[in-house]
Amino acid sequence: MNALTPKETLITLAGAGVRSGGRVLVEGVDLAIRRGEIVTLIGPNGSGKSTTAKMVTGVLKPSMGTVNRKAGLTIGYVPQKLSIDWTLPLTVERLMTLTGRHAPEAIMAALDAVGAARLLKAAVQELSGGEFQRVLFARAMIRKPDLLVLDEPVQGVDFSGEVALYQLIRQIRDTTEAGILMISHDLHVVMAETDTVICLNGHVCCRGTPNAVKTSPEYLRLFGDRAGSALALYEHHHDHEHHDDGCVVGTHGEHEHDHHHGHEGHKHAH
Amino acid sequence: MFGDFFSRALVAGVGLAAVTGPLGCFVVWRRMAYFGDTMAHSALLGVALSILLSVNVTLGVFAVAALVAGALLLLQRQNTLSTDALLGILSHSSLAVGLVIVGFLTQVRIDLMGFLFGDILAVSVEDIAIIYGGGVAILAILVLNWRPLLAATVSPELAEAEGLRPEVSRIILMLLMASVIAIAMKLVGVLLITSLLIIPAATARRLSATPEMMAVVAAGLGVLSVVGGLFGSRTWDTASGPSIVVMALAIFLVSLAVPTSRLFGRREHNGA
Repeated sequence: MNALTPKETLITLAGAGVRSGGRVLVEGVDLAIRRGEIVTLIGPNGSGKSTTAKMVTGVLKPSMGTVNRKAGLTIGYVPQKLSIDWTLPLTVERLMTLTGRHAPEAIMAALDAVGAARLLKAAVQELSGGEFQRVLFARAMIRKPDLLVLDEPVQGVDFSGEVALYQLIRQIRDTTEAGILMISHDLHVVMAETDTVICLNGHVCCRGTPNAVKTSPEYLRLFGDRAGSALALYEHHHDHEHHDDGCVVGTHGEHEHDHHHGHEGHKHAH
Repeated sequence: MFGDFFSRALVAGVGLAAVTGPLGCFVVWRRMAYFGDTMAHSALLGVALSILLSVNVTLGVFAVAALVAGALLLLQRQNTLSTDALLGILSHSSLAVGLVIVGFLTQVRIDLMGFLFGDILAVSVEDIAIIYGGGVAILAILVLNWRPLLAATVSPELAEAEGLRPEVSRIILMLLMASVIAIAMKLVGVLLITSLLIIPAATARRLSATPEMMAVVAAGLGVLSVVGGLFGSRTWDTASGPSIVVMALAIFLVSLAVPTSRLFGRREHNGA
């Protein structure tokens, strides 16, 4: 893409807010997401992160302000929590076509891109947290979305899985033109590649690049004391290598046990 | 083939089971068993009101079941009593009100047992026409809306974020259930309708790897229950509606003994 042409804006929220039952869930949210951009929402529980994400996906209509979507915007959504009851038999293959029809080759390609091709015939109830999350990514990406909305994408995933998922988000950002809206599970960690961090607490209390937010007095006042630490950036240090099967293996001795990505372990019982 | 009452019962029952199987899968997936029961219980109120107002009984039952479902949706929004308690209130009070109204209808003789437990051996050719006409319509709606209905069942939030309308799916399913209750009442009775929705679907789960397969298997098992139950009832001279349910239960119990869960829902690439 020509660096001189401004990237297309996918969605703009201006002074957007939601009132429900006389209570304001969130108000005065201004944000814009352009192609190839990562916007991360952080904030404590009940700060309006999910409400804001729902205004973006269109699940909630704003009761204040405006939401402007690019015409024909395709959204891929990775939900925060998706528990699929045992009574519903669902293979990974079938989950891929949940909201739309796709060719078998496209399904294989999408699963392959997240290193989950060998799970094609597996029942979703048997996947580990990290595997399931990868499959959900593949499911969202097969739609070739303009905008990918990730609601706490690494929640419930162990550390090695987390490393692999951040790597995957980075790869999606680099290889597609999609804009990414991410809700962070952690007040203190955002991906270093994030273009804009928006810190919510019923309203936007601070915003900017990760480095700017890290040192902003509002951030420190609100959240800095919670864990006695400032915002940490999740950076890609190249301290591990990727094996062919997508496993991440540490190259530094001290990280080795952390980074071993055990695909065969951690099965969920149901 | 419609010459004797037994063939008519078989044809009617098979047609009904082919519809309750797939629809029953949604009842099991969405945990709507008690909800279905409540709608079914309200059917008797539908019968009583239809006779009182001299309207078509099938239409009356459909309307009352749909109204009860709508009432539940509205009451749920109030956020006061739990859904469980609301269902209990609607279920038993609609049955009781129905029974009381039937008591006042002295000018018409109503076969109460027939409505409560069904009278499949008394189905007429017109009943068969209603079952097949309604059944084909219900299955067609189910097939045409299959993807959004399933997506809304897996995750309403995800479905909505990706441009589907889970709220519409929910209403479609409720109306389909009301229709099934209306056409099934005469066959198995208001107290046993939900068993034809739930038991074949629950049995099918262990034998299926995909939702579509489960729907087809549930339909097949339902048909098997109807055929087995009716022949059983003829052989041992037992009540036909309950015999069908007993047959469905027997198949369910047999399926538990077969370790089929090992066949599906298991990874093939490792033995761990």
